[in-house]
Amino acid sequence: MSSKTKKSDVLLSIKGLKIQGFSDEKWHDIINGIDLTLHTGEVLGLIGESGAGKSTLGLAAMGYTQPGCRITEGEIIFDGVDLAKLTDGEKRKFWGTRMTYVAQSAAAAFNPARRLIVQTTASTIRAGIKDQSSAYEDAQQLYDVLNLPDPENIGERYPHQVSGGQLQRVMTAMAMSPRPDLLVFDEPTTALDVTTQVEVLASMRSIVEEFNTAAIYITHDLAVVAQMADVIKVLRYGNEVEEAPTRQMLSAPQQEYTKSLWSVRSLEKSQQVVKDSVLSLKGINAGYGAAKVLNNVNIEVPKGSTVAVVGESGSGKSTAARVITGLLPQMSGSVQFNGEDLPPALANRSKDQKRRIQMIYQMADTAMNPRQTVREIIGRPLEFYLGMRGSKKTQRITDLLEMIELDASFMQRLPGELSGGQKQRICIARALAAEPDFIICDEVTSALDQIVQEGILKLLLRLQEELGLTYLFITHDISTVNAIADQVVVMNQGEVVEQGLKTEVFQPPHPEYTELLLSSVPEMDPDWLTNLIAKRPQQSS
Amino acid sequence: MTDIPKSYSATGEIGATLQKRSLWARFLLDLKKSPYTARFGMVVIFFYIFVALFAPWLAPYGESQVFPAPYEPWSKEFVFGTDQIGRDILSRMIYGARNTVGIAVATTFLAFLIGGSLGLAAAINRSWLDQILSRLVDVLMAIPSLIFALVLLSIFGSNITNLVLIIAVLDSTRVFRLTRAVALNVVVMDYVEAARLRGEGIGWIMRREILPNILPPLIAEFGLRFCFVFLTIAALSFLGVGIQPPTADWGSMVRDNASLIMFAQYDLRAGLTPLLPAAAIALLTVAINFVVDWFLQKTSGLKDE
Amino acid sequence: MHPIIKTILVRLSLGLMTLLAVSIIIFSAVEFLPGDFTEAILGQLATPETIAAFRKELGLDQTALVRYLNWIGGVLQGDFGSSFSGKGSVTGGTGGDRSRDVVDLIAPRLWNTLFLAGMTAIIAVPLSLFLGVTSALYRNSIYDRAVNVTSLTTISFPEFFVAYVLILIFGSLWPVLPTLANVDAATPMLERIQRCALPALTLTLVIIAHMMRMTRAAIINLLASPYIQMAILSGASKREVIIKHALPNAWAPIATVIAFNLAYLVVGVVVVEVVFVYPGIGQLMVDSVTSRNIPVVQACALIFAVTYILLNLIADIIGIVTNPRLLHPK
Repeated sequence: MSSKTKKSDVLLSIKGLKIQGFSDEKWHDIINGIDLTLHTGEVLGLIGESGAGKSTLGLAAMGYTQPGCRITEGEIIFDGVDLAKLTDGEKRKFWGTRMTYVAQSAAAAFNPARRLIVQTTASTIRAGIKDQSSAYEDAQQLYDVLNLPDPENIGERYPHQVSGGQLQRVMTAMAMSPRPDLLVFDEPTTALDVTTQVEVLASMRSIVEEFNTAAIYITHDLAVVAQMADVIKVLRYGNEVEEAPTRQMLSAPQQEYTKSLWSVRSLEKSQQVVKDSVLSLKGINAGYGAAKVLNNVNIEVPKGSTVAVVGESGSGKSTAARVITGLLPQMSGSVQFNGEDLPPALANRSKDQKRRIQMIYQMADTAMNPRQTVREIIGRPLEFYLGMRGSKKTQRITDLLEMIELDASFMQRLPGELSGGQKQRICIARALAAEPDFIICDEVTSALDQIVQEGILKLLLRLQEELGLTYLFITHDISTVNAIADQVVVMNQGEVVEQGLKTEVFQPPHPEYTELLLSSVPEMDPDWLTNLIAKRPQQSS
Repeated sequence: MTDIPKSYSATGEIGATLQKRSLWARFLLDLKKSPYTARFGMVVIFFYIFVALFAPWLAPYGESQVFPAPYEPWSKEFVFGTDQIGRDILSRMIYGARNTVGIAVATTFLAFLIGGSLGLAAAINRSWLDQILSRLVDVLMAIPSLIFALVLLSIFGSNITNLVLIIAVLDSTRVFRLTRAVALNVVVMDYVEAARLRGEGIGWIMRREILPNILPPLIAEFGLRFCFVFLTIAALSFLGVGIQPPTADWGSMVRDNASLIMFAQYDLRAGLTPLLPAAAIALLTVAINFVVDWFLQKTSGLKDE
Repeated sequence: MHPIIKTILVRLSLGLMTLLAVSIIIFSAVEFLPGDFTEAILGQLATPETIAAFRKELGLDQTALVRYLNWIGGVLQGDFGSSFSGKGSVTGGTGGDRSRDVVDLIAPRLWNTLFLAGMTAIIAVPLSLFLGVTSALYRNSIYDRAVNVTSLTTISFPEFFVAYVLILIFGSLWPVLPTLANVDAATPMLERIQRCALPALTLTLVIIAHMMRMTRAAIINLLASPYIQMAILSGASKREVIIKHALPNAWAPIATVIAFNLAYLVVGVVVVEVVFVYPGIGQLMVDSVTSRNIPVVQACALIFAVTYILLNLIADIIGIVTNPRLLHPK
């Protein structure tokens, strides 16, 4: 994409933009004076962590502010007009015709009661750009360019009748239908599985190239933005950190913050080879009611090591964790722990068996009772399993907090008074309090920002070394696997596709699915997508 | 359209590190920002509580003290006149605060005790108990509660105990539904699963993990339920099948003095007399609704219906 | 089978089962009658023979199941049995049965009640939908706040308070409307409407607040969906957003609101009928409760419950047939 070298006209220019949002009874700054320039046919990647203000800035480029936000300063000049000074009625003439928007969740952003082609062409027809029959014809061609199956007829369907990846492409067609000058993509692939994401990215990129449309691509995923953007702008807390052409930004970031964003990718655990199993799943079949989710699953977890279970949504990786914990008793097969069979149902397991297997959740927010203090949260397992009370318990909580790199002053805090990374640390401390042998980590880093993720992964590695813990690490993110795992289990549709040492699984030859999965993970190489498309046989989903 | 997943909002990071405030300080802060309607509501509620508590000291005459002067006009001696058999209206209004409000409070408490505990149990158990209770509640709620109450009162007879029991049981169906619904939202939380995995008993999970988190919507519901119960009892008393004489009660006072209303042409104050107890009922429910409305907007856990 | 038909059939059978359960509950209410009930009706001087004869006449000597089947069979043919009142005077077996058939008692009054409820609905439904939709559109405006405070206030008023205030104003101080709604079959239509004016106005005021608030909440809920924001961002005007995007998805919530409030109306009618001495089924029911005339109470309760269940059933079916997921299955 960076092949475009010609500098063309300035399409959009934002100067000194300040936006405030109203919450907790006062106005907060969301954007503190940002400048942005976008040329015709250029794709700008906006990247940043949560709270960086990238979505707000992206919408502001269209002159739109969400309810509860206001522009306090600055100008948004689009093709010579200051959008910040226009009324909603005047801005509406631009929206849906000269500038369009692709939202994160296509499933929620389509009107459930109207056919896809009607929604695709609505703004084009309304603005009188095309009449109905030529707009429909054009939409079908766009569907074709976007690699949608059956482009002639897919538009006759309703939103709930097509898949999420297809819907996201239909939305791109909708955004492209009036041939806008500016297209804003707001995290368009975040909700998609990694193998679906590749195809959606490829079709979005090709269509933007084909019509030479300027675009703003908002995301938190560096590897994705590397494929899509000509220029990358990094934001943090509503300020610009730096801006540079994609290749330059990837190879030589200037600012400390940008460098730290890149670094988690470089974390890699040196692999350990252990023979004794602490836990093994043997021929597990399990499911909900009649629906079978796990099909003859066998997994071995060696003592003191980390086994990463990788798979997309619906692969059964979380169900496997529910079987191990006893929340979902298996239909057949056995779970062996320290050489003995665990009773399938939680109710039949002894207190000691429960203590030895602990769990850490993806969403630390929902994993802690918002009305209990840190002291109560960590103290309960100490009291419950180990019968600790009084000063002995307080001392142990202090020790545990120290272990997770927090001090004793946190003891009186409620979860609402902690940041995302601190919350996850408290959850780790709660698991440690039980003095377990085995911890299941269910996507524990996927809700966290890049830098916070790195801290949590390092902490988990250190604790493993010090305490000899065994982890079962459930994730969909390959770079996290690299960072933490000794062994890898690849799952797809309720079956184990492949398992073994990390080096073995990551080295070719692969089974077909592993190959697809591994090759679909975006890399921090601007040419990755281009090369991948060239390598893969043309396919339509 | 927030930045990435739902649990993280743009203001999340800032909000997450808010300073700790004590409960009392937070309450005072909320109070300062409360709308006038809510403040008005609170003043009215406190006034009613005061009158109910100190009725015998505030009332000029006894609850059912009869004077040989029925339908006396408003005067210094009888501020709001006397009723059809010569009882002082003001005194009966004051005692009515005690009886009418007191009975409604007791009924609401009972309804919450029944509906709340069953709703919690159903949300946790989710098997046969939930099935049976939910179907039962569906059927009970298919009969309008005022109608059902009339049927039951015709069978068991009208006295205060029956009235309280019948209304409490009928009203507990709604409490059950709400408790079950909000508890179900909490039961699926990971912290409840974590407690279960730890091996905690059902009592502990109910008391420590779920109850504290469903309290705000339940408190709001208590206000709304109270209004509903209060109005139902008032309506039944007005119809003559609720609280029975000689107990002073606002609903039956309206009924007893209703005929005075046609005298408003000649003496406006006489016409207003039957409206006084009705207005007393209306004022309290308005006040509670104002406060609950503010509370709901503040916690915004529930959509206004 | 088309999923819509299947869903509707499931919903219908569920409604039927509810009706069955409700009828059983209402019937078995008699089972809980205290033992001395016949004595209470006949008076303490009744001889054991009279009591036995009376019990036999009520069918109390048969098993509950047989009596239920007889009762429900009769109801299905429009026969609600005969009233208790008048039965007490059968003492001695002479003089014949002076009690009246319940159905003769109810039929004219049911028509009166339906007339009153219908008259109210015609005024209240369009008005409250209008108020609800407009206050949702102009959310947080002065108009919205005024409507909100007013409705929150009137929602809290007991029906009889509203009724007597209206009587005070329009019947006593400024006597333009009749305060007694004593209509009968011979009353001409215009006069009937005039006599029903105050009761209908009372009911309208009571129900409008509820209905308007629920409509407002439903619309606001709808306007918060991402596809509405998407429509705005694709340049749709306010009008287009409402008509093309919000309304097609709003039928189900609006139908629920209307059904809920019409059902509420059915109950509110009881108090209003008593205040205005309107010869409807609600007043009949209250009188029968006072005189413990159980067959009449049962019949009235069953009619109220059936209306209530039917209204909810209709709302659910409207929700089903307008659901795009069911209309256009995968």
